[in-house]
Amino acid sequence: MSIEVRVPTVLRTHTDGEKRVTVEGATLAEAIDDLESRYPGLGERLRDEEGKLARFVNVYVNDEDVRFLGGEQTELADGDQIAILPAVAGG
Amino acid sequence: MALYRDISQAVGNTPMVGLPRLSPAGYELYLKLEGQNPTGSVKDRVAKALIDAAEAEGRLHPGSRVLEPTSGNTGIALAAICTARGYKLTVVLPENTSRERTELLEAYGVDIVTSPAEEGSNGSVRVANEMAEADPDLVMPFQYGNPANPRIHATTTATEILADLPDVGALVAGLGTGGTLTGTGRRLKQDDPSRKVFAAEPEYGDLVYGLRNLDDGFVPPIFDAEVLDGRIKVDSEKALATTRRLLAEEGIFAGLSTGAAVHVARRVATPRRLPEGTKIAIISPDGGWKYLSTGAYKPGDPEAIAEELQDTLWA
Repeated sequence: MSIEVRVPTVLRTHTDGEKRVTVEGATLAEAIDDLESRYPGLGERLRDEEGKLARFVNVYVNDEDVRFLGGEQTELADGDQIAILPAVAGG
Repeated sequence: MALYRDISQAVGNTPMVGLPRLSPAGYELYLKLEGQNPTGSVKDRVAKALIDAAEAEGRLHPGSRVLEPTSGNTGIALAAICTARGYKLTVVLPENTSRERTELLEAYGVDIVTSPAEEGSNGSVRVANEMAEADPDLVMPFQYGNPANPRIHATTTATEILADLPDVGALVAGLGTGGTLTGTGRRLKQDDPSRKVFAAEPEYGDLVYGLRNLDDGFVPPIFDAEVLDGRIKVDSEKALATTRRLLAEEGIFAGLSTGAAVHVARRVATPRRLPEGTKIAIISPDGGWKYLSTGAYKPGDPEAIAEELQDTLWA
């Protein structure tokens, strides 16, 4: 099972500058844990002190904000794409 | 037709048009053309509501200077209403908005302060807050935090949709301040809780997210995520592709965030999410006029054009 993760510029210090990395996991939680084990410090940046997804970080699976899917329990399939983006407003 | 005392009265009551060619089988897509407002965007509703509210609170007096952070449309809308009512206007604008937005603001004689591209709209909010703190004479309506923003969508945008499409089953709109989705979505759900609301969120290139620290993210205080059933990001390439299809297949010349919203409507028009036969109302925030200089409508390789677009704030 191979999941692609788009890493925002500010977090690429953890990935040697790589914009896209590959992880494994049957759920988003497993994928973030795997991200943390491969790139120490990166998975941590996505969670707050209570271990929940941080408020100003939006995590998407196949373009959908996971807060409206199953959160960290969102199930993943081979080839799914995860994107991590900072919250941005417009208007 | 109608006769109005001045331009500020001519806001709202925009047409809703069907998209028969772009509607997936079994679903009906309708587009509410907010580009038909006096300055050409949905923000005319918000600007009028913000100024009306500030006047009612006694915060504005003849000659007062209004200050607002905006990626463009709100500034242009405020410029028209401030002109009509005798106020001066300063806007804080990220330097990477489309050229037309800056030119229109200049034409209105608006005082423009630019904020760094890599900070996006969040940067314009930061700069405007600093200016407002330093000068108590500036009146900042602050669309991102002012309840008048979602309220005007509940009392006008939503009621117009309900009048035109009483059996509407879902709403799709872009996410900027969150005012359109929060106000319109909440009102539609109050009327019938089975209705679904989806956000189309613009996804930009690295330049826009650039140096942004994840801990400095900005979620507008007026945005109520509880109203949403889904939030789907749309990159420049997908937004551009659907914007071009609107033009080529439906004859509708719309801006890029309209393309993004129609893309999301087509994605959620599936039995897994919405019963077959659902009528989906989509908000088109503006027409294509302000994006001509981006090359979005020129012949040429859409992928290459999208690549250029992704660092311009197109929503």
